[in-house]
Amino acid sequence: MSFDGAAVRGQFPILAEMIDGKPVHYLDNGASAQTPDAVLDAVRTYETTGRANVLRGVHRLAERATDAYENARVDVAAFLGVPPLEVVFTGGCTAAINLVAYSYGSLLKPGDRILLSELEHHSNIVPWQMLRSRAGIELDMIPVTLDGRIDLDKLPGLLSPRTKLISLAHVSNVTGAMVDVGAVVAAARTVGARVMLDGAQRAPHGPIDLAALGVDFYVFAGHKSYGPNGIGVLWAKAELLEAMPPFMGGGSMIGRVTLAETTWAPPPRRFEAGTPPIGPAIGLGAACKWMMALDWTGAHAHEMTMVQQLMDGLQKIDGTRIFGPAGLQNRYPVVSFMLDGVHPHDVAQTLDSFGVAVRAGHHCAQPLMDRFDLDGTTRVSMAPYNDRTDIDALLTGVRHAARTLR
Amino acid sequence: MSDQLYQDRIVALAKARTGAGKLAAPTKSVRRDNPLCGDRVTIDVLLDGQGRIAEIAHQVRGCLLCQASASALAAAAVGRDAAGIAEMRHDAERAIGRAEGNAAEPFSAFIPVKAHKARHECVLLPFEALKDALS
Repeated sequence: MSFDGAAVRGQFPILAEMIDGKPVHYLDNGASAQTPDAVLDAVRTYETTGRANVLRGVHRLAERATDAYENARVDVAAFLGVPPLEVVFTGGCTAAINLVAYSYGSLLKPGDRILLSELEHHSNIVPWQMLRSRAGIELDMIPVTLDGRIDLDKLPGLLSPRTKLISLAHVSNVTGAMVDVGAVVAAARTVGARVMLDGAQRAPHGPIDLAALGVDFYVFAGHKSYGPNGIGVLWAKAELLEAMPPFMGGGSMIGRVTLAETTWAPPPRRFEAGTPPIGPAIGLGAACKWMMALDWTGAHAHEMTMVQQLMDGLQKIDGTRIFGPAGLQNRYPVVSFMLDGVHPHDVAQTLDSFGVAVRAGHHCAQPLMDRFDLDGTTRVSMAPYNDRTDIDALLTGVRHAARTLR
Repeated sequence: MSDQLYQDRIVALAKARTGAGKLAAPTKSVRRDNPLCGDRVTIDVLLDGQGRIAEIAHQVRGCLLCQASASALAAAAVGRDAAGIAEMRHDAERAIGRAEGNAAEPFSAFIPVKAHKARHECVLLPFEALKDALS
């Protein structure tokens, strides 16, 4: 197995798309990654040869659907290095965090504390603020260093015996910085706190060994990991899932229903009320298989080469500042920058005219923008199918914006 | 295409920064945010006894389109009341294709924004803030 960027690129039909006669340079993978043939084929196979509801049907199509859905759980579990029955399918990464905030949160008591950081995506802030309003828990925030990392030097001072959970981005969706999970887990254990990682920006860059990380909860999104929209994953240790009450009630999540009371199904079904997103789950299973077949040593080196090319190129453009780690260590291919005198939206709009797709703005991280008094950033987020031509097109566009808009 | 979007008139309006700043003693000061993109506009107005704008100032933390819109608004707002500002907004909406008819100056400058629906709110945000300030 070796990494062949052109071969990888060829598996993504949308990358052959032309807009206004120009090829698409897709560098907005942090918002949504593109989908390979393997995923499209898996979803199409389900829709054309096995479409039915899962779990209760006795007919052949229902059996096919159930097998495909449960096999997807096995593939996701293999991607995370965990038992399949610890994998819960959700409507997305945000839905997974909300599930934990509601369900695990219901086990907390007033005065218990949850520790987040200043660089979290809104989806890892707002559900906890809602829990605070509901349950009287308290929130603490780990500060961020000037180079956009969670400042773990400040972590011990923020822990207390009331700290029950530390929930952090595995990789920042703004700066690309990866948190030192080992340090977080070690600190959490000193007070008996659980650790949850938001893996939305980490999962698209290869299999994860959750057992080795030692965390308690992990969530990620299907659509950022080359899978369909409308699917996400919550993983939690079995004993935690067993202890947690359901988030939503309905079909499939029950043991026995009478008019007087209901008992719950065991996990993961307890947390999959109603008809699940079957096709999207099957697509995500295919995406995980696809990722497991990729040479990630080669792919990561390719991604970091692009990061270096990008940062070198940006630094040659007058008035450009990078917000995030300057080096390549402990980071993933998400790079945010500001162009002095030009708003990020205007940079992104200009880049669109060069066929380059990026994201600009606050990236659902307004507290981080406020902390550094930023209007926003222009964010370049790469995937293994990107190449030097994408970086060159972007740099050409940024130079044009610098020349014409200030 | 974006090159067609950032035409000279829009860039010139933004760079003119007409009305940029604060008023020392505004009758009302209103801040409006666009939660989707993070653009933020603060409008200060000093009103006369008849509810007309005697002075106006704005602080924009937003894109070039938002800055240009605030600049155009400040250039034309003095002497108008809420109804007069609503007429100006209608001109801006005509320019970006949200209303029928031809846009008058200075808002005709925003006609290139018509093709970029995601940017319409950038043009309208200063109007939203001013509407609140006059309400």
